[in-house]
Amino acid sequence: MKAKVTVRKFDAVIVGAGGAGLRAAISLSEAGLKTAVLTKVFPTRSHTVAAQGGVAASLGNSEEDHWHWHMYDTVKGSDWLGDQDAIEFMCKKANECVIELEHYGMPFDRLDNGRIYQRPFGGHMSNFGEKPVRRSCAAADRTGHAMLHAMYQRNLKANTQFFVEWMALDLIRDAEGEVLGVTAMEMETGEIFAFHAKATIFATGGSGRIYRSSTNAFINTGDGLGMAARAGIPLEDMEFWQFHPTGVAGAGVLITEGVRGEGGILRNSAGERFMERYAPNAKDLASRDVVSRAMVTEINEGRGCGPNRDFVLLDITHLPPETIMKRLPGIHEIALQFAGVDALKEPIPVVPTCHYQMGGIPTNYHGQVVVPGKRTQNEIVPGFYAAGECACASVHGANRLGTNSLLDLLVFGKSAGETAVDELKKSTQAHKELPADAFDRTQERLHRLNTQKDGASVHETHLAMQRTMQKHAGVFRFADLLQEGVQRIIEVQRDVQRTEIRDKSKVFNTARIEALELDNLIEVAVATMVSAEARKESRGAHVRDDAPDTPEHPNGRDDTHWLKHTLWYKDPDGTGCRLDYKSVTLRPLTVDTIALKKRAY
Amino acid sequence: MTTRTLQFKIYRYDPDQDRKPWMQDIAVEVDAADRKLLDAMVKLKAVDDSLAFRRSCREGVCGSDALNINGRNGLACLADLAGFPDGKPIVLRPLPGLPVIRDLIVDMTQFFKQYHSIRPYLINNDPPPERERLQSPEDREELNGLYECILCACCSTACPSFWWNPDKFVGPAGLLAAYRFIADTRDQATGERLDNLEDPYRLFRCHTIMNCIEVCPKGLNPTRAIGKIKDMMVRRAI
Repeated sequence: MKAKVTVRKFDAVIVGAGGAGLRAAISLSEAGLKTAVLTKVFPTRSHTVAAQGGVAASLGNSEEDHWHWHMYDTVKGSDWLGDQDAIEFMCKKANECVIELEHYGMPFDRLDNGRIYQRPFGGHMSNFGEKPVRRSCAAADRTGHAMLHAMYQRNLKANTQFFVEWMALDLIRDAEGEVLGVTAMEMETGEIFAFHAKATIFATGGSGRIYRSSTNAFINTGDGLGMAARAGIPLEDMEFWQFHPTGVAGAGVLITEGVRGEGGILRNSAGERFMERYAPNAKDLASRDVVSRAMVTEINEGRGCGPNRDFVLLDITHLPPETIMKRLPGIHEIALQFAGVDALKEPIPVVPTCHYQMGGIPTNYHGQVVVPGKRTQNEIVPGFYAAGECACASVHGANRLGTNSLLDLLVFGKSAGETAVDELKKSTQAHKELPADAFDRTQERLHRLNTQKDGASVHETHLAMQRTMQKHAGVFRFADLLQEGVQRIIEVQRDVQRTEIRDKSKVFNTARIEALELDNLIEVAVATMVSAEARKESRGAHVRDDAPDTPEHPNGRDDTHWLKHTLWYKDPDGTGCRLDYKSVTLRPLTVDTIALKKRAY
Repeated sequence: MTTRTLQFKIYRYDPDQDRKPWMQDIAVEVDAADRKLLDAMVKLKAVDDSLAFRRSCREGVCGSDALNINGRNGLACLADLAGFPDGKPIVLRPLPGLPVIRDLIVDMTQFFKQYHSIRPYLINNDPPPERERLQSPEDREELNGLYECILCACCSTACPSFWWNPDKFVGPAGLLAAYRFIADTRDQATGERLDNLEDPYRLFRCHTIMNCIEVCPKGLNPTRAIGKIKDMMVRRAI
């Protein structure tokens, strides 16, 4: 039986109420447009809340800084895979966006002169890579929490209309490729609605739950990526996943890089500060991919700690207790709760843990979704926008710098919102009519799930996916494991297509929600594995055994063949996929190109 | 790996299937990797997928998984399994005093209505300067212990005054937020904020029972914030 669908009309629909969605919503609501924000969880429960260390902006409050240096660091951090027009745009807009947040009421820490407190962070340097600079604007080690609450509060002031605990299910796209909204489920009642809109903005966050060991929240299931992929939109650069150096061993909970920014040191079983060997200049504040690989190398070579020698130690016992309690109070709490360690007295056991998806839905720096078309490789998909972790602008390229994710969601949340406002104000036309098949995909998925017999367990299938990703596409990648991984993940995908739930209730059915989330996760997992297997070089977070460091290819990077973005497409019939590539934008907006060179810290 | 079997008694109610609420007896095996109550609940859900509860960050910052655990409000993701004695079932109920949607999921409308009623956003009518508004580190410190609230509702749903008058008494979470803005040197609406609370119920139904402090998973002290607002009310009256 087909689910009944009630249609509601808005100027714009935003999917997701984390940082990017809330920032976009502020622009749309303040412009007086009729906007619906759909969110699976109450806005302040979104994963932005867990960000700790800060947001980058070259305010220069403690020492000289410049957006151009920030841009250089971001391009270098991206291992030159980031688009330099988008990176220039982001770094230039940083100050404006952070100041705006302060005006919204965000409780940043302060310097004695009353300005926003800034701390050093990995990969952020002054004077084009010379020495670490204090660029991360922080509210203790709760920056994401402070930011998310401040933006939710600003939205209350702007009277934004929220649909809380509504899960978007599928993108509505007509025969011309135009996006006309989404279908969604009201979780409390299980009823299905369509949000018919002239602008659809995805701000659905990441999908780190494809890995077994992840800093990500349960809700990070790549819903926007799954919806986009099913509607024929490619996913860009999905092979690039950030493994954060310091997840609590075992629990996976994040320990901010701000700990190292405040002076924390990584040590191996001999007590050695091993980062001095891997990154003589930046040491513990080298870029995240570099630090994670150094840690795994230490562990693999037998210098790990603990009975199984499977973690290293993050040491802050040499810092003054006042500094820890003032600047890192949340970390002290997390170490106690999840590692059973008093960080004032003992080091914290940490391991690299899946943290951030550099890839996503391809956009330009205006937040508009772009796909290769007949004329150019970046043609705008009318009516469709994306921002934040679900999008790929691409500012992070092959590796993101810490504090650039909060900046990304502010800058591109705002630019997607403002671009949508401009487009909506320009257009005088009524809503384009919904196509006859607008709800088909959603109805088929729900019907399949409600009637599946002798199917696969959602829980077990989810675990199988996570274990496959962890084993076959981790911190270091191996050609044979990747090849095998592609086969394995496609087997898991077959199980996802026949998941069964026992609970058939209409009321707040979390079993159904988890099954629908798994439909999205598996698209991301397949995209990641297939894209990673195909990229036969090492770059940023993607490092393969068959692309080692050689004089011809420093760090294993091969710019001749691989200085390009991956585009992964799901086949429309749902059984297969294909890859395409597009060139990297090396030309910034106003300054000179930051020329290719070997990346070292 | 050492395993342990945990017994549970869980409040269950699905209005789509059940005529009335019931208590489910269920057991699950956990291992050394399962440190927190939420880890065990995720395993329980693998056994019985109809068990409904909210969860997200699993590290105590999002406020989703507030429950009544053995009679006391708290977050499932912060409750240590090691702290539960053997041989006694762990009793899980939804947060008290709010309507139940299903199982451990409560309808938080009333809670958020009260939070929204205190106008929880910075009010400053001066034209925004080009740079940040300045604030001294000491003035900023006034916000510590206030801004960290995660809106989990453990406090308000442990408060007898909120149980009796959820529509009229703002409750500890909302009042903590009210004081967060009063205490902010950048906010210009202290007078209006106090007016907004000047009524027999909104603020003054707090009888300093202090359950809120007892249960706050972030170690915050709403009673103290409420006391400070009351002081300001008194001071401006004389």
